[in-house]
Amino acid sequence: MTDLSAIEQRAEPALALSSAEVADFVALMKPRVMSLVVFTAFVGLLLAPGHFHPVLGFAALVCIAVGAGAAGALNMWYDADIDAVMTRTARRPIPAGRVLPGEALGFGATLAVGSVAMLGLAANWFAAALLAFTIFFYVAIYTVWLKRATPQNIVIGGAAGAFPPMIGWAAATGGVALESVLLFLIIFLWTPPHFWALSLLRSGEYARAGIPMLPVVAGRAETKRQILLYTGALVPVSLAPWLLGYAGFVYGIMAVAAGAFLALLAWRIWTVAEGRPSDLAARRLFGFSILYLFALFAGLLADRAILIG
Amino acid sequence: MDDERSSDKGIVLTEEQKRRRRARSIAIALVLAALVLLVYIVTIVKLGPGAIQPPR
Repeated sequence: MTDLSAIEQRAEPALALSSAEVADFVALMKPRVMSLVVFTAFVGLLLAPGHFHPVLGFAALVCIAVGAGAAGALNMWYDADIDAVMTRTARRPIPAGRVLPGEALGFGATLAVGSVAMLGLAANWFAAALLAFTIFFYVAIYTVWLKRATPQNIVIGGAAGAFPPMIGWAAATGGVALESVLLFLIIFLWTPPHFWALSLLRSGEYARAGIPMLPVVAGRAETKRQILLYTGALVPVSLAPWLLGYAGFVYGIMAVAAGAFLALLAWRIWTVAEGRPSDLAARRLFGFSILYLFALFAGLLADRAILIG
Repeated sequence: MDDERSSDKGIVLTEEQKRRRRARSIAIALVLAALVLLVYIVTIVKLGPGAIQPPR
């Protein structure tokens, strides 16, 4: 896919009427990704020291959610050409022809500016700057640049998905601390095994779309090795909040048990034979990785609830 | 697009297009109302009762 064809794909006819449903604009915001962003940002907000007014906390979470939605809409605007050739994404609003590219661009840009401005007013301008950087990172660095250029796309681009707990923390405190950096690191190291498990299942589609995902460029064996390596780095880092005393025993038990199971699934992916068993192992790891991240952050919440209670 | 155009009337929307436009308009109105409410509440929380008292 050349840059020229990508631009042509995004060009609109001189006269075009919108036939978009409201649900299409909701879909542009990637609500499932948004829900994870809101959850992790909420945990960051709640773990932060000091008192933060609940109304301002709610407003900050709305802003972070809308900012994530804006990034999703801008991502779909730019990626409409490759979304159209992948079955997983072909029914998204732009490739399906329900939303015009210009509509998505305007929608995303408006939400991006609005969410950053509102977060600055409701919380503080450091958190707003962090949200603006996150949107910029996801759209410009990941979507426009890395995604089509390098198999390290989701490793570096994963930072965008890892920022929300830091933004939540920054909204409450106005700064960054080791605890919030650890939350960032957990999501950052979780992203490669999670997405590479998916890409093992969809490598044919990525190849057809011209996306240099790791299985396409380096092969399935190397991808499996990298999944194991990143999982090996993730599990010790996930224990750090507990070992350093930032989290209690609920989190500790969650991190040890879920981490051990994640490592087992990653090991199985690496050792299992190619073909159907390999696909099954990849599907299991992908599915469990979502539960794993949720369990870790729920563990942090549980410990905080026990501490307060 | 044939349904949308008429040589003497310009663009004529189909009933389905009108319905969708109405739904979008209502959604925009609701979002704007929620935004106004959010700004109002945040202002009160941040500035307290002083937000509605004139400076002395």
